Amino acid sequence: MNDALMIRPVLFSSLRLMVVLAALLGLVYPFVTTTLGGALFPFQAGGSVLHDSQGRAVGSALVGQSFEGAQYFHGRPSAVGNDPVSVGGSNLAPGNVALRERAQQEAERLAARDGLIIGEIPVELLAASGSGVDPHISPAAARVQAARVSQARGLSLESVMQAIAAATEYTGFPGAPVVNVLRLNLALAAMSPAEARQEMR
Amino acid sequence: MNEVILCYALVLGLAFPLGIYMARALDDERESRIDRLFRPIEAVIYRLAGVNETRVMRWPAYALAVVVLHLLLIALAWGVFMAQGVLPLNPDGIAGMSWDTALHTAVSFATNTNQQHYSGQAQLSYLSQTFAIVTLQFITPATGLAVLLAIARVLLKKRAAPVAEATGQSVGVGNYYRDLVRTLVRILLPLAMVVALLLTWQGMPSTWQGAQTVAPLDQSVATTQQIPLGPVASMVAIKQLGTNGGGWYGPNSTVPLENPTPLSNLIETVSLLLIPVALLVAMAVFTGRRRLMAGIGGVMLAFSLISTSVLIASERLPNAAFEGLAAVGSANLEGKELRFGPEMSALWASWTTQTSNGSVNAMHDSLNPMGGMVTLMDMFINVTFGGIGVGLIGYLLYLMLAAFIGSLMIGRAPELMGRALETREMRRISLAILAQPLVILGLTALTVAVPGLVGTSNPTFHGLSQVLYEYTSAFANNGSGFEGLGDGTPWWNLTCVVALLIGRFVPMLVPLAVAAWLAGKRMAPAGRGTLAMDSGAFVGLTAGVIVIINLLGFLPVLVLGPIAEQLTLGY
Repeated sequence: MNDALMIRPVLFSSLRLMVVLAALLGLVYPFVTTTLGGALFPFQAGGSVLHDSQGRAVGSALVGQSFEGAQYFHGRPSAVGNDPVSVGGSNLAPGNVALRERAQQEAERLAARDGLIIGEIPVELLAASGSGVDPHISPAAARVQAARVSQARGLSLESVMQAIAAATEYTGFPGAPVVNVLRLNLALAAMSPAEARQEMR
Repeated sequence: MNEVILCYALVLGLAFPLGIYMARALDDERESRIDRLFRPIEAVIYRLAGVNETRVMRWPAYALAVVVLHLLLIALAWGVFMAQGVLPLNPDGIAGMSWDTALHTAVSFATNTNQQHYSGQAQLSYLSQTFAIVTLQFITPATGLAVLLAIARVLLKKRAAPVAEATGQSVGVGNYYRDLVRTLVRILLPLAMVVALLLTWQGMPSTWQGAQTVAPLDQSVATTQQIPLGPVASMVAIKQLGTNGGGWYGPNSTVPLENPTPLSNLIETVSLLLIPVALLVAMAVFTGRRRLMAGIGGVMLAFSLISTSVLIASERLPNAAFEGLAAVGSANLEGKELRFGPEMSALWASWTTQTSNGSVNAMHDSLNPMGGMVTLMDMFINVTFGGIGVGLIGYLLYLMLAAFIGSLMIGRAPELMGRALETREMRRISLAILAQPLVILGLTALTVAVPGLVGTSNPTFHGLSQVLYEYTSAFANNGSGFEGLGDGTPWWNLTCVVALLIGRFVPMLVPLAVAAWLAGKRMAPAGRGTLAMDSGAFVGLTAGVIVIINLLGFLPVLVLGPIAEQLTLGY
C-alpha cells in the first residue's frame, strides 16, 4: 500500500481515466444506443412525425399544437403557446391570483365558444399542462366540442363522434383513455372535402 | 391506483435478482462467471487509462481519488458548455453558455444533482448533452456506489475483509478505480442500454439530426413548429436509472418526447427507484447482514408509503384556483400531463424526491400545498432509499447517531458493530448532519433578505417555498425545482454551487472516514448487553432519530411555507 498522499500521480491517472471513460460513456454508448434505436424503431426515433394526405409533415403525434379555428378540436391551455422549443408549465401555485384569473377567463371563453356550463368544465381544459405541449384531452372534453366541429365541417355528429373514438389512445393498461387532438384533427381534415379543396390552393 | 401498486411490486420484485447480481458482480474477493465476461473490457479501460486497479487504498487516498476525478470532470464539463458553440455535434447552432450557468451546470451534474438553470432543448448542443452530461450521469452514481462499497467492506462485512486485517491500525478500504469501473461496466451500462431501447420503442427520439420543422394544421395560429430532437433516449435511460434526474428537455419527463406513453412512464418510474432498492439486497448479500438490511429497508419502505399516500391524496383534491369553474371533484391537473393522470404524477413526485433523482413528470410548483410539503420532507430526510450509494451512506450516518444515543440510553459506552464510537467520530458525524440545516436555512434566509435576488414567481408563502425548495434540492443533490423561480442569475448559480458541493461530498466522505477509523479499532465481542442493531427497538429508534432531527431543523420553515399556504386556501 502506498502511504504518502501524492497529488501528481493521482492527477495524471485521473486525467487519463476521465478521457477514456468520457469517450466510452459520452460517445460510444450514445452512439451505439442511438444507432440501434434508430434502426429498430425509425418512426419513433425520428420524432413520430405525422403527414397529411398530401404528404406534408404537419406535426408530431407526441407534440400538441395550437388550434383556434372552429373546424378544429382544441387542446389544453399551454403556458408556452404549444412551442416545443420553449416547453414548460405555468408554474403557478394553486393560491396564486394570476392562476385564478387565467382560469376564470378561459372558463368564460369556453362557455361562449362551446356553450359549456361554468362549474362543469372538464378540468384539463382549464389547467395548463406541465410540458405546454400535452397532445391529449379526455374523451369528455372532446365530446363537448363535437357539435361545433361537425357544424363547421358540415359532417354528421355521428361521424365526428366516430372520429373521436378512433383517435382515442391508451384504452388498455397502463393508462386511461385520452384523445390525441392532432390525430383527430388530421383524420377530420381527410374526411372533409371542403377543407381538402381549401388546402389544394 | 393499480398502476401505483404495480410500480411498487415491480421494483420490489426486480430488486432481488438485480441486487443478488450486483453483489456478485462487485465482490472482488470471490471469482465468478461475471468476472470472466467483463474482465477483458475492464482490462482495456485500465490499460488505456494507466491506472493500477489492484492497489488497496486507505480512506484518504480513496477520497482523494474521488475528489480529483470530480474536479477534473467539472473542469471538462464547464469548458464544453461554454465552448459548445464552436464544437461539433451542434446541428441547431446553439451558442455557448454564460460562465456562471455553465459552472452551476457542471457542478450540478458532477454531484449527481442535475439541478438545471437552463432549458436543454434550447441551450445545449448534442455534444454537451452526451459527452459532458451523459458521462457525468454514469460516473456520479457509480461513485456513490463505490464509496458505499468501501464503507461496507471495512465496517459492515460480517467476516472482516482481508484488506482490513492485513493493515492493522489504518485499514485499506479498496480501490476507487476498480469499484467505479466495475459498477459502470457490469451494472449501469447494460441496464441503460436496455432501458434506452425500450424507451425508443415507446416513442422517444433517438437521432443525431437537428430539430424537425413542420407546418401545423391550423395555419391561422402558427405557420411553423420546430420539434427539437436528438439522442434523447440514451440520456433519459441513465437519467432515470442513475438517480440523476437532469432531462433533455426543460420540463423533463412531463414532455411527451421525453415520456411518450403511459407505458414509458411506467418504465421510467420503475427505473427511478430500482437501483436504490436493489442496493439494499446487494448489501445484504455482500455484507452478510440480512436482518440489518431488512430493518433498514423496512424503515425506508414505511417512509416511502407514507409519502406516496399523502401525495396521492393531495393531488386527487381539486386545485383551489379552479373551484366553481371545473367539474366538481376534479383532481389537480395544473402542471400535469393527461396521459399520466394525478396518481402516477404523485407517485413520481414522491419517488423522485426520496431518491435524490429529481426528474419530474409534473410541475412541482403547481402541486397542492400538502403535496409540495411532502416533496420537501422527502428531500430533507433524503435517505428514503436515497441516491445510489449515498442513500444508504446517509442512513448509516443516522444509524451512527442512533447507536450513540441508544448506547447511552441503556447505559453502555457508545459503540457500533463492536467498535467504540468516540469523540473524534461523533464530532464529524454531528457536523455532517448539522451541515444540512445550516446550509439550507442559512442560504434561504440570506436570499429572502435581499428582495432583488429572490426571483420568485409566486407571491407570499409559496414564494418562500420556492426559495427553500431550490436550496433544499441543491443540498439533497435532488435537482427538481419549483421551476417558476428565476434562477438563471449569478447569485442563484453561485450559491447553489456551494450547497451542491457541501451536500454531496460532506455526507459522503465523512462516513467513509468514520468507517475507516472504526475499522481500525479493536473489536469487542458482542455480549448480552450489546446494542442489537437488527432488533425492532433499534430500527424504531433510528426511524425516530431521522424524523425528530428533520422536524427540529425544518418544521419552523415548513410552517412559514406550505402549511401557511394551505391555511390561506381555507380547506
